[in-house]
Amino acid sequence: MKETIAMLLAGGQGSRLYALTQTVAKPAVPYGGKYRIIDFPLSNCINSGIDTVGVLTQYRPLELNAYLGDGRPWDLDRLSGGLHILPPYQKADGSDWYVGTANAIYQNIEFIEQYEPSYVLILSGDHIYKMNYAKMVANLKEKDADCLISVIDVPLEEASRFGIMTIDDNNRIIQFEEKPEHPSSTLASMGIYVFKWDILKRYLLQDAHNSNSSNDFGKDIIPAMLAAGENMYAYEFEGYWKDVGTIDSLWEANMDLINPNVPFDLWNDDWKVYCRNSGNPPQYIGSNAVVENSISTAGSYIDGTVDFSVICEGVRIEENAVVRDSIIMPGCVIKSGAVVQYSIIAEKSVIGHNARIGERPEETHNIDEWGIAVIAAHLEIPDGSVIAPKAMVYGNDKEE
Amino acid sequence: MVKRKTMGIVLANMHDALVKGLTDNRSLASVPFAGRYRLIDFHLSTMAAAGIGDIAIIAKENYNSLMRHIGSGKEWDLSRKIDGVHLYPPHLDAAYTTYSSGKINAIHNILPHIKESSSKYVLLIDCDHVCNIDYSEFINNHIISEADISLMGYIPESFDEKTIVGNVAVIRDENNHVVEIAYHNAVKPQKDFLLSMNVMVIARSLLIELIEDAYNRGSAIFERDILIPNLTNLYIRSVGFTGYVRRIDSMAAYLATSMSLLDEENYNALFLKERPILTKVNDDAPVRYGLNSQIKNSLIADGCIIEGIVENCILSRGVTVKEGATVKNSVLMQGTVINTGASLNYVITDTFATVSEARVLTGYESYPLYISSLSVV
Repeated sequence: MKETIAMLLAGGQGSRLYALTQTVAKPAVPYGGKYRIIDFPLSNCINSGIDTVGVLTQYRPLELNAYLGDGRPWDLDRLSGGLHILPPYQKADGSDWYVGTANAIYQNIEFIEQYEPSYVLILSGDHIYKMNYAKMVANLKEKDADCLISVIDVPLEEASRFGIMTIDDNNRIIQFEEKPEHPSSTLASMGIYVFKWDILKRYLLQDAHNSNSSNDFGKDIIPAMLAAGENMYAYEFEGYWKDVGTIDSLWEANMDLINPNVPFDLWNDDWKVYCRNSGNPPQYIGSNAVVENSISTAGSYIDGTVDFSVICEGVRIEENAVVRDSIIMPGCVIKSGAVVQYSIIAEKSVIGHNARIGERPEETHNIDEWGIAVIAAHLEIPDGSVIAPKAMVYGNDKEE
Repeated sequence: MVKRKTMGIVLANMHDALVKGLTDNRSLASVPFAGRYRLIDFHLSTMAAAGIGDIAIIAKENYNSLMRHIGSGKEWDLSRKIDGVHLYPPHLDAAYTTYSSGKINAIHNILPHIKESSSKYVLLIDCDHVCNIDYSEFINNHIISEADISLMGYIPESFDEKTIVGNVAVIRDENNHVVEIAYHNAVKPQKDFLLSMNVMVIARSLLIELIEDAYNRGSAIFERDILIPNLTNLYIRSVGFTGYVRRIDSMAAYLATSMSLLDEENYNALFLKERPILTKVNDDAPVRYGLNSQIKNSLIADGCIIEGIVENCILSRGVTVKEGATVKNSVLMQGTVINTGASLNYVITDTFATVSEARVLTGYESYPLYISSLSVV
């Protein structure tokens, strides 16, 4: 028996990351030098004392499955509970893919019931943040609520990307609108819910029998519970939280780690972020290197210039290569003379000699067309190539 | 029962006395090295890679850090249902008077483990060398050679008579038969010789026989009391190792060996893609380089925050070098903090040492200044 278990929705493609999720699920996208996005909710779980996590996978699960393994990197290899990967499975009366977030949980009711939990936490693998879920569960108990939705104040112009809530003085939710065109508040859902399990189960069963439902938490379950007058509260989160669903937001979230004005500290041991370790030796910074305002990690060899960049594991940046304002994902090689600016280079790609990838906004001819350049994984960019800003270079194995 | 070809025995404290300071509170096997490792990692990782899944580590003293480091052995894939890695603390002799000393006693104390093993051969390692050995090849060639014992050694780059003190030299004939062993004495070898790497393979049954016999006669030293008297009775074979190898036998050697990794050729020879060196994971964040950091020719482990000047250094996990500090030709172990304005040259700081503002510390290449663990300068 477990009082609280977490269900982590990790099956999404993350289609707005385009080339970066061509071959991997969004939660497995590298972030911050040595992490993957999913490390954040998993680390939050273990740091919050939640030792039972079901990870729901569907899109391109191989790399994610291998990464999660037995859950040991997050101390989730447990005799009872621990980390479980939950793909869709065949049943006697047929088989279904997960068709919506609520449907994915519905199909795993049996998994949840094994632990007879009082509370179920619903998480997603799309966000970078540190949060103590135990405090949220305690708040739910204190209020004797049926559901708590974690919320954060967002700028009005971004509000229509989120589920937006109106609350009363006691934080009770009065209204919930999923991605409204004209938002009535700036309190956005962070996609983190905690439910009393018996209540959630009832609504999941109802929802599954409603053929008009899209089987989604934001679109169906939450509105249905509100309409029925269930006890639902907003749980206000203060701290760093970043949705990394787009190229720009992923780039910004990485750059936030370098920015001393952004209050997000990976170097604080009080709330460690865990990840699978690759066993690389320490990084080597060569005699010709100029490395400033950057973060980089094990296994890298840097003999070029690196400024305002995030360098992941096992990256090689040769002499006279320049990397600025960019993210270089694991195993890439930037050959001598290459200049990479405002770009994201996905795993194990090779940038040839003297190639130029991306451009600084202040040097571009047409600022309206400017953006982050993206090179997909496992590509070889030939010597001397020029890749324009905002270009999206896909790999050969792009699906038809 | 899983049949094994080879079991491993690691002697963790054999050469502690050579590097006083570093071994004041730890075994030589758990001396931190190359930013994120301990010396034993270079042997555990390569033994595991050779399929040696039954390893006994024999500790004598100050093995707290070693125990914490090894844990269940999971990091090396040695936490296994069948066999795995076991750490043996020292054993009081029957009269409860002294702890075991010497390799013969140490091995004798774990004879029950050795006798229980299903393996045919035993690999014996002392942990005083930094190298990345293909133990599979070493063991297979031993079997093919039909030798009784194979000893691994190397030809040193430079050699003088002093080198042999504290070392074991192996003098061999043209067929690699060992004809003479110089143990801890300054002899001038006339023939082709190797410096021993304290790595050997021997049949398990023969090891049991030799150890029981030597123990019963009150012998203590493996080389002096087992190998040398048996040079003619047994076929003792030498194997020349040609890869990267350094012995940690003094503070200066520790510094020089650390610095040798700044040469890419050495780094690549030690950190082989096909046999990665594994270690206990600390879950440090990546390295953060500040606005005015200047780093040249250095190895930097994760968790470091560098805002000052670092040249020709090895920085372990979680080292902080504040703005305006300068560190050159030094090894800073885990958690060292170098404050603003401090200047270090040829310094080895042990774990969690702090150098206060504007301190100037200078050692010499052949005599590095050692700052002990947790001290504040």
